[in-house]
Amino acid sequence: MGVLADAWTWLATGSNWSGEDGAWHRLGEHVYVSGVALAVACAVALPLACWLGHIGKGGALAVNLSNAGRAIPVFAVLALLMLTPLRTAGYTPTIIALVLFAVPPLLTNAYVGMREVDRAVVEAARGMGMSARQVFLRVELPLAYPLLMTGVRSAAVQVVATATIASMVGQGGLGRIITAGFTTFDTPQVVAGALLAALLALLVEAVLVTADRLLDPRRRATAAGRRARWTSPLPTAPGTSGRSS
Amino acid sequence: MSAHGAVAPVRENCLTANDWICGEYLRTRAQELTDATVEHIWITGTSVLIGLLVAFPLALLARSRPAFAGPVLGLTTLLYTIPSLAMFSLLLPLLGLSAALVVTGLVLYSLTILVRNILAGLAAVPEEAREAARGLGYGPARLLWEVELPLALPALMAGVRMATVSTVALTTVGALIGRGGLGDLIDDGVQTTFKAQVLAASVLCVLLAVVADLLLLGLQRLLTPWTRIRRAEEAV
Repeated sequence: MGVLADAWTWLATGSNWSGEDGAWHRLGEHVYVSGVALAVACAVALPLACWLGHIGKGGALAVNLSNAGRAIPVFAVLALLMLTPLRTAGYTPTIIALVLFAVPPLLTNAYVGMREVDRAVVEAARGMGMSARQVFLRVELPLAYPLLMTGVRSAAVQVVATATIASMVGQGGLGRIITAGFTTFDTPQVVAGALLAALLALLVEAVLVTADRLLDPRRRATAAGRRARWTSPLPTAPGTSGRSS
Repeated sequence: MSAHGAVAPVRENCLTANDWICGEYLRTRAQELTDATVEHIWITGTSVLIGLLVAFPLALLARSRPAFAGPVLGLTTLLYTIPSLAMFSLLLPLLGLSAALVVTGLVLYSLTILVRNILAGLAAVPEEAREAARGLGYGPARLLWEVELPLALPALMAGVRMATVSTVALTTVGALIGRGGLGDLIDDGVQTTFKAQVLAASVLCVLLAVVADLLLLGLQRLLTPWTRIRRAEEAV
């Protein structure tokens, strides 16, 4: 328990929070790169996946991309990026790596969500005289929403977790507190940094779960539905993307 | 090297020029690459095996006592959220700078995938199969071992494959404490901007994941010959 007490002391020390290497600055970096990466990934993946789902093409790509992503180590991608001229471009290597790893879960979930919309419902909407645009916006998108949001959630958590690895190649973020602690053999600092990174990841997950429930257009998160989700097998429930960070 | 430089300038080129692809690197550092790959396989294999040994009783517990299902699944999912760098660092005071630390972290991650897939596989066993086995006088243990487990095998193996592939990738993060297999070479290569080493180790890592996945797929087909018979009948 001694280490935990020392880690607490580290966290309670004001000077550890201020300055260039301080926790506030690292937290800011972490949130900034994660936010930018998630926004870029959503802007790229969601329209593409919704469009592919709408026209019903590219399913193999959308699903296999997610599986392939699992095999690629984030650390290796970051290391390779750091050996290109991009290493001098600030946070760019981290953001590129994060976007690469956020796109597969977003694409797969949004695509599957669009495809799983009951065809009979779509036919009925068409029969009522809805245009393709109306079917897309008023039928397919709201029905695909839960799975689409699951994708956003797992992408967001993955991005926040992956941003920690960036410190191993000298990029910024909360991981820097951990790696800096390692180089100075300062175990309390390592543990304190790890606690901060873990707490941030858990916080992001909690906030998104809450937002997910509040924003669901149909608010059908019944207890039965939640239980069913627990026991659904992973291969058919692309919500949980592979962890490679 | 300088003495031979004039004799064989071409041989020196790709290492001194720091090329991405360098045959000379592969030749001279073959031993180092092999050692790192072996360590990588060893860490990944141990992690998935221990993960399976822990996940199986957990899944059985969650199944027989539904009150446990929520906490078991909730806890493993919660662990899955924690960044790997943080996970390894939090285990540091408990386990020190050892391979056991990396393996423990990887086991904790594999639990999420494995427990869910075992549960899903067992849940998908048709009730008629259970009833028939009970009617034939199978006890709970024999029912589990000879009926439920074989029928749950495809879902279980899907979980093992997913856990293995992501564990191969995650092992590289063990470079943080110098126990990352191929990740150590990547780490070392970044510090010294040694392109050939970073690329070779990264490619080997991805290859390892692909080969492991294919081997497990082969194992799954060997263990479940009836799925192929059924498919062949459907084709006819």
